[in-house]
Amino acid sequence: MANNAEDIENNMDQQQTNTAPEPPQEASVARARSRGGSGAGGGGGGGGDAGGNSSGPEQNGQPPAARPPLVVETEEDEDEEQTLKYGAKHVIMLFVPVTLCMVVVVATIKSVSFYTQKDGQRLIYTPFPEDTDTVAERALNSILNATIMITVIIVMTLVLVLLYKYRCYKVIQGWLFLSSLLLLFFFSYIYLKEVFKTYNVAMDYFTLAIIIWNFGVVGMMCIHWKGPLRLQQAYLIMISALMALVFIKYLPEWTAWLILAVISVYDLLAVLCPKGPLRILVETAQERNEPIFPALIYSSTMVWLVNMADTDGPKRNSTEAASPQQETQQAPIASPTPSSPSQDDGGFTSNWISNQEHQLGPIQSTEETRREIQQMPSARPPPEDDDEERGVKLGLGDFIFYSMLVGKASATASGDWNTTLACFVAILIVSCLFWCHVRVFESPQKPISSQYATPLYVNRLIV
Amino acid sequence: MTAAVFFGCTFIAFGPAIALFLFTIAREPLRVIFLIAGAFFWLVSLLLSSLVWFISVQISNKESAAQQKGLLIFGVVLSVLLQETFRFAYYKLLKKANEGLLALSQEETMPISIRQLAYVSGLGFGFMSGAFSVVNILADSAGPGTVGIHGDSQHYFLSSAFMTMAIILLHMFWGVVFFDACEKQRWWAVAAVVISHLLVSCLTFQNPEYVASLVPTYVVLFLMGVWAFYSAGGSLRNLKLCLTCKDKDFLLANHRSR
Repeated sequence: MANNAEDIENNMDQQQTNTAPEPPQEASVARARSRGGSGAGGGGGGGGDAGGNSSGPEQNGQPPAARPPLVVETEEDEDEEQTLKYGAKHVIMLFVPVTLCMVVVVATIKSVSFYTQKDGQRLIYTPFPEDTDTVAERALNSILNATIMITVIIVMTLVLVLLYKYRCYKVIQGWLFLSSLLLLFFFSYIYLKEVFKTYNVAMDYFTLAIIIWNFGVVGMMCIHWKGPLRLQQAYLIMISALMALVFIKYLPEWTAWLILAVISVYDLLAVLCPKGPLRILVETAQERNEPIFPALIYSSTMVWLVNMADTDGPKRNSTEAASPQQETQQAPIASPTPSSPSQDDGGFTSNWISNQEHQLGPIQSTEETRREIQQMPSARPPPEDDDEERGVKLGLGDFIFYSMLVGKASATASGDWNTTLACFVAILIVSCLFWCHVRVFESPQKPISSQYATPLYVNRLIV
Repeated sequence: MTAAVFFGCTFIAFGPAIALFLFTIAREPLRVIFLIAGAFFWLVSLLLSSLVWFISVQISNKESAAQQKGLLIFGVVLSVLLQETFRFAYYKLLKKANEGLLALSQEETMPISIRQLAYVSGLGFGFMSGAFSVVNILADSAGPGTVGIHGDSQHYFLSSAFMTMAIILLHMFWGVVFFDACEKQRWWAVAAVVISHLLVSCLTFQNPEYVASLVPTYVVLFLMGVWAFYSAGGSLRNLKLCLTCKDKDFLLANHRSR
């Protein structure tokens, strides 16, 4: 079935249509995973998944254009090379934020001692202590802790999938809203407090309240609504780092490594098994043509969809929360016919307008005139006429877990930077391999749409 | 030990390498990826050699100083040999990948040439090697203390920084010469690279007589640099054209007028 919105998103290849239609991309393609924190304590991970919006049928339901074979070949070759180049470019676009997040976490761990202190507190998800007498007891406790944590995550994932399947979007939104509220206000307050303690900076509560209030509110706006791209990216990196720091502090060591190991295996299973909850989530999202939970995905670009004059201007597809509103908003995009003018015409009655037009020519800017002036390609709904503008997305869960890995390595390594460096390079290389692999095997011919699956299992093997 | 020492040593050690990275590699994502892959390969070689060394130390006699010194020498030699082996392995991998890509794309030109790969991979090796040599020293230099208060040399940090810079640049030159030699099947050149690496590493046993270790290292650096320049296709004529801004290919590639 011709999915209008998806076709628009993937319409970049109009001039590169191949003779053979592309097979519809599978859900196993790429998904962005997320571990939105939920509620209490260390925000035990809701293993929510943000599904991949990969390219559907590449043509708009039109028969493939017949072209001389030579031209197609050249285009395919260019495609190949471009695939490689844009694949590399997108991998680098993900390197930078992942590196930044890791740098923040490592810098904090090395300087603020709060996050490496064991003050005996534990999360409710990991009730068994690890400072036991024998190694065997410690191992047993850590296995039990890990089991509890994993169970919690699995349950939360299932709940999330069910909620999504039965269209309880408000509940999901509320959940995400609450969790980002917690992160942006409470955890950042604690972070700031500890940083001030470390550097012995005196601060009164009034100033602190103003700072935290502003930080939190702007964060909520950027993440859940609209905001400058860089600011949104910065906030997502910051909350991932905060989350990772909390995990590093409150998860005892063996438990943490065990959890990291098991999560990656679970991840793999949940995504690739036909009945896995994350796979169901992804497929449902694809069927409904919705981008999932932008609040839990880091995206490197925003998709601007210029609409006709009567709706509210350029929209950012990838940053708005998935909501029923978005479905209705996407519908008009596909068929840009002008709808009726708004009621409030601000004094410019139709008489006056027709007078002016008669004298001066059309004064209402139409889609075409705007396009002309803005020098956009005409009659092509998507503004993305270039692969470079289609960004990449990565789930925040992956940020959190990469940073947790590196943070744990640097925390336990007692002043040795070599371990941290080694861990960092290993993570980068393995993720990069995985992203490239996913990309290459998904679309031999064309650059794909922008979401990647990143289970961390291979990471574990190396680290 | 102050911030001045910390920043000074950092920039001495990593300055040229970071400049090279920023000007030639940072803009090309493919090169960055191969750089990090090169760093990873070096890391794996170090992991293997450290495993062997660790095991051999555990089973040795920890009291005997001579044995420990012998083990250290053994460790260094083994590490050098493993690094070069992994450089060769990386070369093979890159050749295969390049051939695969070429076959797939049916085009004449590859997205990245083997010479660029040689440079990038050498620099990757160098970055990682330099980082592992000097990062802990830099971290210590930012903290309180006095260098050599117990009678050791006061120039420890500075000479470490200079040594690191030499090593990073040397790795890059070795990479270029090594790949070129493998391409042209000149195995004597490969052996020369391995021997010079061994030489430089063993020179460090002269420490703390830093003059004895640093000066020959820099001589080797200069010679390798010249060799790498010639094997990468440079010549005096090229150099002159480049320096007087008359090199047409370069100007064309960078969209500048003469």
